Amino acid sequence: MTQQEMICICCPIGCNLSVEKIDGVIRVTGNKCPRGKAYAEQELLNPERIVTTTVKLTGGLYPVIPVKTGRPIPKTKIFEVMDILSNVEITVPVHIGDVVVKNILDTGVDVVITKNDMGGEYERS
Amino acid sequence: MFDICIIGAGVIGSAIARELAKYDLSLCLLEKDQDVSSGTSKANSGIVHGGYDAKYGTLKAKFCARGNQLYDQLEKELHFGFRRVGSFVIGFDDQDRKTIEALYENGLKNNARGLKIVDGDFVKKREPYLSDQIQVALYCESAGVISPYEFTIALAENAVDNGVELRLNTEVVGIHKQADHFVIKTHQKPIQSKVVINAAGLYSDKIAKMVGIEDFEIQPKRGEYVLFDKTQGHLVNSIIFQTPTEAGKGVLAVRTYHGNLMIGPSSTYIEEKNNVNTTAETINEVIHAARKSLPNFDLKEVITTFSGNRACSTKHDFIIEESKKIPGFINIAGIESPGLTAAPAIAQYVVEMVAASHLISLQQKSHFNPERRPYHHVSEMNPKELNELIQKHPEYGRIICRCETVSEGEIKDALSRSIPINTLDAVKRRTRAGMGRCQGGFCTPKILEIIYNELGIPVEKIEKKTAGSYIVVGRTKKAFH
Amino acid sequence: MTKQYDLVVIGGGPAGMAAALSAKQHGVENILILERDKELGGILNQCIHNGFGVHHFKEELTGPEYSARFITEIQKTSIEIMLDTMVLKIDNHRQIHAISPNHGYMVLKSKAIILAMGCRERTRGAIRIYGSRPSGIYTAGTAQRLININGYMPGKEIVILGSGDIGLVMARRMTLEGAQVKMVLELQSRSNGTLRNIVQCLEDYHIPLYLNHTIVQIHGKNRVEGVTIAKVDENLAPIKASYQYIPCDTLLLSVGLIPENEISKSARVKLDSRTRGPFVGELRQTNIPGIFACGNVLHVHDVVDFVSEEAALAGYGAARYIRGQFDTTITHQTINGEGVTYVLPQTMNIYHIEDTCNLYLRVNKPYGRCQIEAWIGNTLIASKREIRCLPSEMINFKIRKEAIVGSSDLRPAQAIDQQPTQIIVKIVGMDRDPSLP
Repeated sequence: MTQQEMICICCPIGCNLSVEKIDGVIRVTGNKCPRGKAYAEQELLNPERIVTTTVKLTGGLYPVIPVKTGRPIPKTKIFEVMDILSNVEITVPVHIGDVVVKNILDTGVDVVITKNDMGGEYERS
Repeated sequence: MFDICIIGAGVIGSAIARELAKYDLSLCLLEKDQDVSSGTSKANSGIVHGGYDAKYGTLKAKFCARGNQLYDQLEKELHFGFRRVGSFVIGFDDQDRKTIEALYENGLKNNARGLKIVDGDFVKKREPYLSDQIQVALYCESAGVISPYEFTIALAENAVDNGVELRLNTEVVGIHKQADHFVIKTHQKPIQSKVVINAAGLYSDKIAKMVGIEDFEIQPKRGEYVLFDKTQGHLVNSIIFQTPTEAGKGVLAVRTYHGNLMIGPSSTYIEEKNNVNTTAETINEVIHAARKSLPNFDLKEVITTFSGNRACSTKHDFIIEESKKIPGFINIAGIESPGLTAAPAIAQYVVEMVAASHLISLQQKSHFNPERRPYHHVSEMNPKELNELIQKHPEYGRIICRCETVSEGEIKDALSRSIPINTLDAVKRRTRAGMGRCQGGFCTPKILEIIYNELGIPVEKIEKKTAGSYIVVGRTKKAFH
Repeated sequence: MTKQYDLVVIGGGPAGMAAALSAKQHGVENILILERDKELGGILNQCIHNGFGVHHFKEELTGPEYSARFITEIQKTSIEIMLDTMVLKIDNHRQIHAISPNHGYMVLKSKAIILAMGCRERTRGAIRIYGSRPSGIYTAGTAQRLININGYMPGKEIVILGSGDIGLVMARRMTLEGAQVKMVLELQSRSNGTLRNIVQCLEDYHIPLYLNHTIVQIHGKNRVEGVTIAKVDENLAPIKASYQYIPCDTLLLSVGLIPENEISKSARVKLDSRTRGPFVGELRQTNIPGIFACGNVLHVHDVVDFVSEEAALAGYGAARYIRGQFDTTITHQTINGEGVTYVLPQTMNIYHIEDTCNLYLRVNKPYGRCQIEAWIGNTLIASKREIRCLPSEMINFKIRKEAIVGSSDLRPAQAIDQQPTQIIVKIVGMDRDPSLP
């Protein structure tokens, strides 16, 4: 049997969850919505997080551009992902959703751009 | 071989350098720090005193009153920012009245201009936010405010423009007297000079000892200040001193040249010459003491606290003399308050000293240019001027420091003048970028980028003020390497 | 150069963009957004973490993604944008004075103005931390910009003062980029950040959070070398016996935000000392006819979704004003009751409200289960139950127009001699959450 107390991070309410696993069955209490249950189960088995960071950009307004993992990845892989992205270099134009690294570390998750930079200033007057 | 080498590019050294630059001389100005005005000259009250305070007969009294009168002409030539706003020494009781009357008498003897003893109503009319309890005051029309570091920078810059060789990052580590000249040792090549002027401020005792002069010491006396947002500036129009008592000189309240409210300084002897910390106890005392003059300032509007160390000598007066023991070695030391006011008069006197000593002959230069090119400060320009300037130089239309309205053009100007600078604080003292209410929060990344673009210094090598005061440790991504 | 617009919006961040779009949707034609930066988006450009848009878009976005949704919408319209443009002041004739490298000095005339300049961070000086003045002291937002926009690392060994969401997010961000975040200190007995950020920004990376702690001194002549931290007593005064030296090369400050109202002041807009932003009515109109305000310049929000919501109101208000359908009468006034720090809007003209008025408010201390109530005289006109209310979390509280009208002694519109009816908003505690201090 494993039991764990945790705070749900799905929304700003932050429910105090209690999760226990008895004979392979997971029981969650304290959650106010189904997302909390799913979160607790995942957190007990294999905690995951979305990673947001930047990568080097050439030709853009600024020298880096923000990216994120399209879905949560295992917490244990966060620093490995950061290391891979530290070496990535891309060039304008970039669009939100463009894939920077496909299936990073075999997680099945792509790392994608989160900001547009067409490589030129945008002013209209 | 230089004719004259001046050690220390504070306000004294810079004023002397500029005054001597009027003559055909080869001059050298040495500064241990990365910029001029890096010591006491950058952190003080920024006041041009009327000259009634220093005891009649002292060097302080003599040079203060004379220095005061030189500022109008200097401002016309150097454009550093000076305004005669007047000062009050406020008194609350009969004891204060006696002191004020004595100050008035002393001031007359000192030849201080524009002195008047006034009553509480007179004060109230001009300074409506001061305490209601004021009975009497010494008004001094001729007192004024300046930005002390801008003044020092202007003096040094004009000196350099007139041929003075300024060497920054050059600390003097030894001085050897030869038959007819001095050899000044630094971490770079030694410097040879016929005359040495010691204007090393807090370190002038250390420099004097290098040639065996040991009859004075400099004891740093720290003054801590509180600087407020310009929103509080309206609370005072002039300089408000408290009546000195046996307990101390009290603290002043002033609207600085640039319009901030400032209160201070405290007065504490300290051990380390370069310790410019602020402390909770002292700042709280300053705040408490200032409330006596000005009851209603808003502590939520504090921008920063800072301190500077007065270079007080064991002789308790300015030391302005050529050494009898070491001819050709001139000490200008112990220049505590009113040293800023006195600086231009001291500089003139040093020229007289040099002339009288027959160490070197003085010939006036025919081509001395007293004018320093003014900055185009966007915050001080009218729309028409500004529009014309931006048409010609679009970078004056890009505001980098939003709190003080400082443009990219001003920062680039500062970086390309005759004093080579490369630190954030050097830019700040010339342009005010980073001096406002956000204290550089918004503009620091932008200024780093401009310094990099203009001077080619990698951002990780750019410093705030001193060696080791780096801003960033490096790039975030390996891909940049 | 002098130009004429129907509406000028000062600030192209989330508030300015949403306000301009709303005005456009309500029929305003000739709109200009003035933005001081080189791109639209404001502070969201550096908030690259996720968690934005849960209310507004019903999905979790990063800051730049949230802002891009608005930029894309604006690009579809004819709204004009001037980037790299700084507003210097608004004069007595309500003309905007601005400069930019491309356009020089401009005087812009408009039928209405929306203020959306955002806020700035409190600094070391503002909270008076003593000691030396070395490099290596940053507000969290400055560090965030250096890292996320410019690609530079401010330091290696970090201490963070302040546990608001920005401080927490930066603790994680600096850790991810290879710095060692030694601790986060919080003066109060609870964090101002959300629980989820404490979990995913601190606990995930084993960063300790010290409550009831502050920094009493900064050490280091050139670069920060360390800080002295201290526990504080119940009056928030540092306890001498608890002083502890922590070596570090960087101090990040996340100690609060202040609406940036220098331009508002130049226009003589009246400010509320509680919010440090303008006094506004239900459509975010200020005391100066034709000037509206929204977003963090009005009051500091913690969730951008509510900024967008508020900005839409200001845009609608400006549209009505420009059409000449704006009545400056104040029929109601909101009053802080027990437990409430401020309520926004501070005034109302009931004739402008269609069916509900949304009040934003903050409480003065943590509450467990409680009820928020609005009263006119002896009548309870609205109430809402909450499981928890924290000073750091803005509360959204809707009041129905008919409930207000039913309890007010309203004379016909435009009756300028009428004293506004007071609506008192208060909080009634039901019990205390045992997890709260």
